[in-house]
Amino acid sequence: MSAIQEPFAEGASAAHRLDPRAKVVVAALFAALLAVAQTYAVVLAGLALALIWLVLARLPLKKVVARLLVVNSFIFFLWLVLPLTYPGQVVWRLGPLAATREGLVYTGLITLKSNAIIIALIALIATIPVITLGQALQTLRLPDKLCHLLLFTYRYLHVFEQEFQRLVQAMKIRGFKPGTNLHTYRSYAYLAAMLLVHSYDRADRVFQAMLCRGFRGTFYSLRTFSWRRQDGFFLALSLPALVALAYLEWGFPAFLRG
Amino acid sequence: MHISEGVLSPAVLAGGAGLAVVGTAIGLKKMDYEAIPRVAILSAAFFVASLIHVPVGPVGLHLVLNGLMGLLLGWVAVPAILIALFLQALLFQFGGLTVLGVNTVIMAAPAVFCFYAFRGLLRRPGTPATVGAFACGATAILLSGLLVALALITTGQAFLQVAKLVVLAHIPIMIIEGIITLFIFLFLKKVRPEMLEGIYA
Repeated sequence: MSAIQEPFAEGASAAHRLDPRAKVVVAALFAALLAVAQTYAVVLAGLALALIWLVLARLPLKKVVARLLVVNSFIFFLWLVLPLTYPGQVVWRLGPLAATREGLVYTGLITLKSNAIIIALIALIATIPVITLGQALQTLRLPDKLCHLLLFTYRYLHVFEQEFQRLVQAMKIRGFKPGTNLHTYRSYAYLAAMLLVHSYDRADRVFQAMLCRGFRGTFYSLRTFSWRRQDGFFLALSLPALVALAYLEWGFPAFLRG
Repeated sequence: MHISEGVLSPAVLAGGAGLAVVGTAIGLKKMDYEAIPRVAILSAAFFVASLIHVPVGPVGLHLVLNGLMGLLLGWVAVPAILIALFLQALLFQFGGLTVLGVNTVIMAAPAVFCFYAFRGLLRRPGTPATVGAFACGATAILLSGLLVALALITTGQAFLQVAKLVVLAHIPIMIIEGIITLFIFLFLKKVRPEMLEGIYA
């Protein structure tokens, strides 16, 4: 089975059918806002908002939870270290280890922030197929070359994954058993190098094929995005929610206080 | 190692994003339209190579190969790594959107540094090139580890212990990456030397 999949991209839910441009803009603003937030109230409100989006996306819950568990590995690591090393009032002791209240509060905040952002990204961005996302980013005025690079890279990921599986199978057939030794490292290095050599050859052929078909440095997309009423609703509800979050964090900006 | 969303301070996030934008702009400028398929397909191959898990005692470490990427692409490694990290954030939710800049700097800055630092050594035949290839792979990982630590410590002194552990965890990866980069370099030199022409430019 392929390791490279888009488990959340398929679907017909309300969140799936929204205009990708609207989703990208809202998700980016939300992520930036939450990354900067420092108070529990804002982070919890943000988490609630992210969960609403997740409900709208109607994704298989099991897959989302499984994904969240994997993604939280860095956070688990922080829980092992941070509460024990953060200076502050000791609330819990185990032998030489002491957890501080400030450490627990801080690590908790990071955990909530991180998960709120990831849930929002799953609900809003992972529900866009990568190809569509590339085109949406192009209409949002990201550099052409960067968008082409994204589309091209994604296009060939699957090709090389299959190539990779084929090479691994060939190694297995010949009785390769990985272990902690130089032979294993050399074999894996040659495996990676072979992938690179194949990619180099294929790039040549692809480029020649493109030239044959009159490539002049632009991709023409047949897809046009159409703005529908639901997209307006989505923006009209999401943007005020984001403003409210910002207000909760910082209050009114000085120039509005009068 | 990817830093997750929500961990770093706004200043670090903004600094990382700014540096990543500058690096990407330089990389894109050096990459003409004709090079896009080559860079993209190479970057796809790197993405897949990072799925290889190499056993080290009881644990499996996945390959990073940012040193090798720098070696083959120079400055163009920056947009290539940015795209690879973006795809990882999209497909696996590893890393993330707000930390994309910081993570790009963590991986790409060592790649570009190693390209300029070691290409002189790699041009020479025999032992110097072998030593250079190992050093290139190992140094890139070491620098990445130090940059992760730097990002954490500038976020807050509380992260000091976490940062120390992160650097320690990078030491075994460093040695493995050095060995693997060395063998890949020797293989490419024998099988497809024209892929290495970047270091002679």
